[in-house]
Amino acid sequence: MTNQTILQIEGLHVSFQTYNGEVKAVRGVDLHLDKGETLAIVGESGSGKSVTAQSIVRLIPSPPGVIKSGTIRFGERDLTQVPDQEMYKIRGSEIGMIFQDPMTSLNPTMTVGRQITEGLQWHHDFGKGEALQKAVEMLRLVGIPNPERRIHQYPHQYSGGMRQRAMIAIALACNPKILIADEPTTALDVTIQAQILDLMKELQQKMETAIILITHDLGVVAEMAQRVAVMYGGKVVETGRVDDIFHRSRHPYTWGLMDSMPRLDQKREDDLIPIPGSPPDLLDPPRGCPFADRCPHAMYICHEEMPAWTEVSDSHQVSCWLEHPDAPAADRDEPAARVNIR
Amino acid sequence: MARYIGQRLILLLVTLWLISTVTFVLMHSIPGDPFSSEKKLPEQTLRALEAKYNLDKPLPQQYVLYMKNLATGDLGISIKTPSRSVNEILSAGFPVSARLGLQAIVIASFAGVIMGMIAAIRQNRPTDYILMVVAVLGLSVPNFVLGPLMQKYLGLEWEIFPIASWGDGFGSEFQYTVLPSIALSFLPLALVTRLMRSSMLDVLGQDYIRTARAKGLPPLKVFSRHTLRNAIIPVVTILGPITINILTGSFVIEKIFSIPGIGKYFVDSISNRDYSVIMGVTIFYSALLVMMNFVVDLLYGLIDPRIKLGAKEGN
Ligand SMILES: Nc1ncnc2c1ncn2[C@@H]1O[C@H](COP(=O)(O)OP(=O)(O)OP(=O)(O)O)[C@@H](O)[C@H]1O
Ligand code: SF4
Ligand SMILES: [Mg+2]
Repeated sequence: MTNQTILQIEGLHVSFQTYNGEVKAVRGVDLHLDKGETLAIVGESGSGKSVTAQSIVRLIPSPPGVIKSGTIRFGERDLTQVPDQEMYKIRGSEIGMIFQDPMTSLNPTMTVGRQITEGLQWHHDFGKGEALQKAVEMLRLVGIPNPERRIHQYPHQYSGGMRQRAMIAIALACNPKILIADEPTTALDVTIQAQILDLMKELQQKMETAIILITHDLGVVAEMAQRVAVMYGGKVVETGRVDDIFHRSRHPYTWGLMDSMPRLDQKREDDLIPIPGSPPDLLDPPRGCPFADRCPHAMYICHEEMPAWTEVSDSHQVSCWLEHPDAPAADRDEPAARVNIR
Repeated sequence: MARYIGQRLILLLVTLWLISTVTFVLMHSIPGDPFSSEKKLPEQTLRALEAKYNLDKPLPQQYVLYMKNLATGDLGISIKTPSRSVNEILSAGFPVSARLGLQAIVIASFAGVIMGMIAAIRQNRPTDYILMVVAVLGLSVPNFVLGPLMQKYLGLEWEIFPIASWGDGFGSEFQYTVLPSIALSFLPLALVTRLMRSSMLDVLGQDYIRTARAKGLPPLKVFSRHTLRNAIIPVVTILGPITINILTGSFVIEKIFSIPGIGKYFVDSISNRDYSVIMGVTIFYSALLVMMNFVVDLLYGLIDPRIKLGAKEGN
């Protein structure tokens, strides 16, 4: 943790109470976010990325969701402890969010302008005219042509890409310190994707926003992020700078992920190698490494005990038993080494 | 928009013409005629009566005559109570029926929306279960059972409300109208409650509600600005069918509570084969319904900006 850190998550546990029992969706996540940087969170579907991100501003559906333990330090405050009233003031003004599906994320019966101004008016003492002015400005900023006219239109009169621009305008209207973007481009065409990413980068520089970017696309990571956290089974298993993760990854799950995830820049769909097996049952999560059942390098200990964190470098941490001095050597490019004691 | 309204009005006239024609044909195909039930009338009187009401003429000619009068707004004279024209019967009965119907619609929609909302907010909790049981009862207990039950307990035994009296026209005193309005509103109330509950649950799970919360809006603002309006749209769409239900239900309720509305005349007129009353009431109620549907459509367009009335496909 440096004095650049604006958000520090420690030991976050989040569960959902369901009919079948307690789904332990997030099981001890540690993350930090520095001023103005972009942190990408990657990992398979169901690994707890969205739950982690939504927990920061307590947006998980509750019930059934509960933050069981952990701290989320944001400046002086612990976001898991602040009263609801204070959280309403933080959401949208200090921490903004955009979501995956722009088609469903805007209220269909309210004009886009109103959807921008209502946040402004809630957080600032803006009059109606003033808020409208600011909303026009925001729409212009996110590259919507003719904002004076567009502001009075409804979401169905916008294209998908324009709606995501409008979402960005809503999220950034109050100039938040942190923007949480949960798969902001997944639902969009490739060309639109690139435009939205460019826009986010441009605005990030202008407004000095830190971004937590959840994505399934390593190309997006490469283009946007400085640091990456790899999640699996409700835990972060490896974090590092982008090149640490892309070129010097030390975790077998990250290796599998690299081979199985699309990358805008290089791989084609059919080059992708899915990781065999399925993620752990979060109703009854494994005691040891969550990846043990699918890991080609798994050892006896992996099933028994969760591996501790190893500092590979200042910027790069990994949680894997292969880092233990007594572990046999394993290399992602040498499948022969994948034979191991179970 | 003006063009759309014009088109709808023309359609409305065509609909009414079709309905009156069909009613005319069906009515005359019921065996018997207005005079068949009474004790034998002298041959001559019968002839004279038939001539008076044009019943001696061939059916097509009767039809043409009726339609001509209808076009001028004249619905003819009641055959059974020749002292009154059908127009008079309608204008005397309608305010009573309208009061009853309006109260029932107001109860059904307001109470239904509120109950549905509460049930959704308290989903899977005792309040929700109780409301849903009430709704199922409302759907399954017919109002001709409910009406008398309410009369017996709320009226006779506990004497909370007066029964079997109405007072005067539209301006009847409120307490006389309570029981029949509630009895009449019960089924639509149940429908609205269930619809509102499911629609509200649907809306609460929508992404845009999460967006609204992510803006920092407190729950009450999220609810009033985002949840309520969207959840109420499906309820507006069933206002049309509900009106139909209340109209037809009012025939029975008016009879049970002996309310001097149109419904009472209508039921009597059918058993009496009072041709002109049957025709008049049918046409009047059809006009009301068709107009109501039109109003609901306009309302729908108003509340949901995605609906562009009269716009061509794909616009
Ligand atoms: N409302 C809920 N009720 C019960 N379980 C839930 C709920 N929301 C999430 N979960 C559980 O939490 C786990 C993590 O979900 P999360 O949405 O964070 O995954 P994710 O990593 O964002 O996946 P994706 O890439 O598909 O978005 C899932 O296994 C899911 O079963
Ligand atoms: S701890 Fe064991 S099972 Fe988990 S990733 Fe490392 S080697 Fe594989
Ligand atoms: Mg997700």
